[in-house]
Amino acid sequence: MTKRVALLYGLMCLVLIAIGFLQSWNVAFGIFNLCVISAVMALGVNMQWGYAGLFNVGVMGFTALGGLTAVLVSMPPVGEAWSVAGGDIALSVLSLVATIVAVIYARRVVPPALKLPVTIILLLAGYFLIGVFFGPATDAIESIDPALSGYLGGAGLPVLVAWPIAGLVAAGAGWLIGRIALGLRADYLAIATLGISEIIIAIIKYEEWLSRGVKNVTGIPRPVPYEVDLIESEWFISLANFFGANEVSDAAGLFVKLCYAVLFVVVLAIIMWFAERALKSPWGRMMRAIRDNRDAAAAMGKDVKRRHLQTFVLGCAVCGIAGAMLTTLDGQLTPTSYIPLRYTFLIWVMVILGGSGNNWGSILGGFIIWFLWVEAEPFGNWFMTTITAPLGEQSELAQHLVAGAAYMRYLMMGAILLVVMRFAPKGLIPEATNRSTAMTRSS
Amino acid sequence: MEILNALALFANFVVVPATAYGAQLALGALGVTLIFGILRFANFAHGELMSFGTMITILVTWFLQNMGVSIAPFPTALLALPIGVLAAISMALVTDRMVFRFYRKQRSNPIVFAIVSVGVMFLIAGIIRIVIGPADQSFADGQRFIIGAFDSRRALGLDEGIAIKQSQLITVVVTAVVVAWLFWFLQKTRSGKAMRAYSDDEDLALLSGINPERVVMICWVIAAALAAIAGTLYGLDKTYKPFIFLQILLPIFAATILGGIGQPVGAILGAFIVAFSEVTVTYAFKKFLAYLGPTDWAPEGLVQLLSTDYKFAVSFIILVAVLLIRPTGIIRGKVI
Amino acid sequence: MSFLSATGMTGGYGGTDILHDCTITVEKGEVAVVVGPNGAGKSTAMKAVFGMLNLREGSVVLDGKDITSLAPQDRVPQGMGFVPQNRNVFVSMTVEENLDMGAFIRDDDGIEETKQQIFDLFPILGEKRNQPAGELSGGQRQQVAVGRALMTRPKLLMLDEPTAGVSPIVMDELFDKILEVAKTGVAILMVEQNARQALEIADHGFVLVQGRNRFTDTGEALLANEEVRRSFLGG
Repeated sequence: MTKRVALLYGLMCLVLIAIGFLQSWNVAFGIFNLCVISAVMALGVNMQWGYAGLFNVGVMGFTALGGLTAVLVSMPPVGEAWSVAGGDIALSVLSLVATIVAVIYARRVVPPALKLPVTIILLLAGYFLIGVFFGPATDAIESIDPALSGYLGGAGLPVLVAWPIAGLVAAGAGWLIGRIALGLRADYLAIATLGISEIIIAIIKYEEWLSRGVKNVTGIPRPVPYEVDLIESEWFISLANFFGANEVSDAAGLFVKLCYAVLFVVVLAIIMWFAERALKSPWGRMMRAIRDNRDAAAAMGKDVKRRHLQTFVLGCAVCGIAGAMLTTLDGQLTPTSYIPLRYTFLIWVMVILGGSGNNWGSILGGFIIWFLWVEAEPFGNWFMTTITAPLGEQSELAQHLVAGAAYMRYLMMGAILLVVMRFAPKGLIPEATNRSTAMTRSS
Repeated sequence: MEILNALALFANFVVVPATAYGAQLALGALGVTLIFGILRFANFAHGELMSFGTMITILVTWFLQNMGVSIAPFPTALLALPIGVLAAISMALVTDRMVFRFYRKQRSNPIVFAIVSVGVMFLIAGIIRIVIGPADQSFADGQRFIIGAFDSRRALGLDEGIAIKQSQLITVVVTAVVVAWLFWFLQKTRSGKAMRAYSDDEDLALLSGINPERVVMICWVIAAALAAIAGTLYGLDKTYKPFIFLQILLPIFAATILGGIGQPVGAILGAFIVAFSEVTVTYAFKKFLAYLGPTDWAPEGLVQLLSTDYKFAVSFIILVAVLLIRPTGIIRGKVI
Repeated sequence: MSFLSATGMTGGYGGTDILHDCTITVEKGEVAVVVGPNGAGKSTAMKAVFGMLNLREGSVVLDGKDITSLAPQDRVPQGMGFVPQNRNVFVSMTVEENLDMGAFIRDDDGIEETKQQIFDLFPILGEKRNQPAGELSGGQRQQVAVGRALMTRPKLLMLDEPTAGVSPIVMDELFDKILEVAKTGVAILMVEQNARQALEIADHGFVLVQGRNRFTDTGEALLANEEVRRSFLGG
């Protein structure tokens, strides 16, 4: 690590500490936890963009998939739903498998000219076959106590188990989309990932039997103690007294946040360790060689598409893990909160600001941008109130502008992205090599 | 008779809305395809540009409504639209001057352009949300239906009528006029030919003395004007919601790629294919089939291929199919 | 001073020079040909004349005017027409539209007249005027490319390997047309792989080796020169 890295990280720490003293330690750790999650997402995007130059505009989808996995792994199963609809669900899955097998088999035996029509017919037939079992099953599930459950529930496992599984699920989705869109022009990957992310969100929003949809899943089991238990336990009260806390409930909130912070930092450290090792390995050097000169690398016999698929899948997996962490921290899955500006493009600003291709930069970018994103709201309020002060409190224009102040953050993010791209395209912590980076290479 | 009823039903719920929607997509896709062809990048800010032009149109519409200006039976928004168009053009030219021109001089990678277009998207999205807020806005006035369901039932002597909203007719007429003008411009005028030449081969266009900055400027002017018109028509037909303009990028991009990048005719074809697929696939065919089947029979369930919640999936599937089967699009587009 | 005198040109694309004190001159109504082995810098010399290469030293003077510092697109109005070797037509546009694009910088009334002259020179273009240039054969495309350059009414027409990839018959035909153009008073500068045939129609020839002038003489004299024949024309 260079001096510059240490300095920037130190500054970021100071800012968070200042928040601790000025606002409260609860706020500071609240921000810190989300900063860490943002940093993990930024690491995932950096693997794709920084290592390989892949433009993934579907980060939101992979994050949401991670969130869904957290629900499906950790929530208790709804026994009634399974007993009512279990049979139909099984038949649906069977039909799905049968369809896939039929398509694969048919594509082997029919002459090439017929491949496409036969595939389409089989897919349509399979779609209706699944619908026969699936429709009644979902109706049955969703009608069970709709206000409280109305879905299948999860596997009832500890939520920490969901994190690695979320990575696997997101990786699977990434593999599928990568197989289709990689190897074509870079913009196509961007548009295809934009599409897949919208579809994933639509599924989570509307498939109530799976995710309760817009009714949200709340009360996801925590990996850390609950505040209500803490304030009643002897050891915690004495601990709080030992540190001289004024309010035990405040201390409990802080303690929970600290526990999360430890968990998240451990995950971040593990992913960072792998990311750095990968980057410095021959594999990482090859990735960058492909990124910097794809044609030359292909001419040297490198399987560019395969390598791209590898990094793409890895990056998606990391985003999925981050998504599961986020849902765990929130304790709930709220599909409507997933919007691309926040979950896709904001992560991009983090990576670009931090320094494309540099993992330390991505983490720093994650911290800074999340911090600004959170603090933009009070700042925006202050700014709008100040500039509209001459208009007087009764002015409609002033009230309107103050009401819109929260959206100052969009302006801020746009400005940061544009300024960094223009004046410091290598970001705050530039990539370690002195070769030209992905940002400056010309077409 | 039953068949005619079924057809009328289909026309009412599929053909008419899909035509209007297709026209709106076509205007958006034309702008995207022009930018793809001339500036050679996927402009992620295009949806927000549409939204911005529409927002200004709405503000001017409200102003006119307050002043008591009206062109009834037409919606006041038509009167306000030219100002919305001018605003969108100014926004496009300002962002080009402040942002994109720099990267053009550097001859940056298309992906760099796409990323800075994300920055522009953030900026415009922020401005829109501060000025008009994130909520739904309605601004349609004037006559609602050209042909009501009841009148058309009587005129056709059928059980099913074909209702046509005024906004749908306006959409189709405006689109037809604008598209006709655009093709005349591209085929017949000096500047239009210069644009096509530049899109075909930048270096050779330079050798012919074509001024690239001028071509780029005309491209932005046209794309932004089309964007403002498309957004306003979409808002008149449905409602104006700021967040919808990020989602609408997907069908627009799908139409562009389906038609062939940089191909205006392709963009229009692609837009209508996407719109008709979307509406057809999400239409419930229950009543339609009931008319065709035996008397007093109706299929169980809605006979809907896909719930309307998944209309984006249609664009996506089309997009994936194009990428897998024919990446150049229907009309062999440039692989820039 | 010649009509075009590019003298003492030294420069290259990046760090290393490709051209070393290279000089090329053409007179009005004459055909000058640049020949040499592969990698001798023939095309580079042509590009340098057209301003597509930054020169460290030397100057380019056209019709008595120093144009060394002008960008390529600014040399077109000065009377330079350039036909690149590859990608020299707008494939998606019709033959006639290609010609119109050549006339883009002109605002006089003679455009239709020039177009007619080109159709007279290349009758096939008149027949196929409404066909997209991308659908034409290689030789016809070269004619479109030359026609497009002629539409600018150049005083100096530069052709980068116009006969690359066309059959010998088409090549002869193309050379005939080029001579016809020269007869109208246009100076012609041409880079050619087919050195022997090119020198046969050339008034002057420049033999380049490793970016330097090796031989400079009339076409006839070069063809007669024993060393040139042995080294560059295959005996």
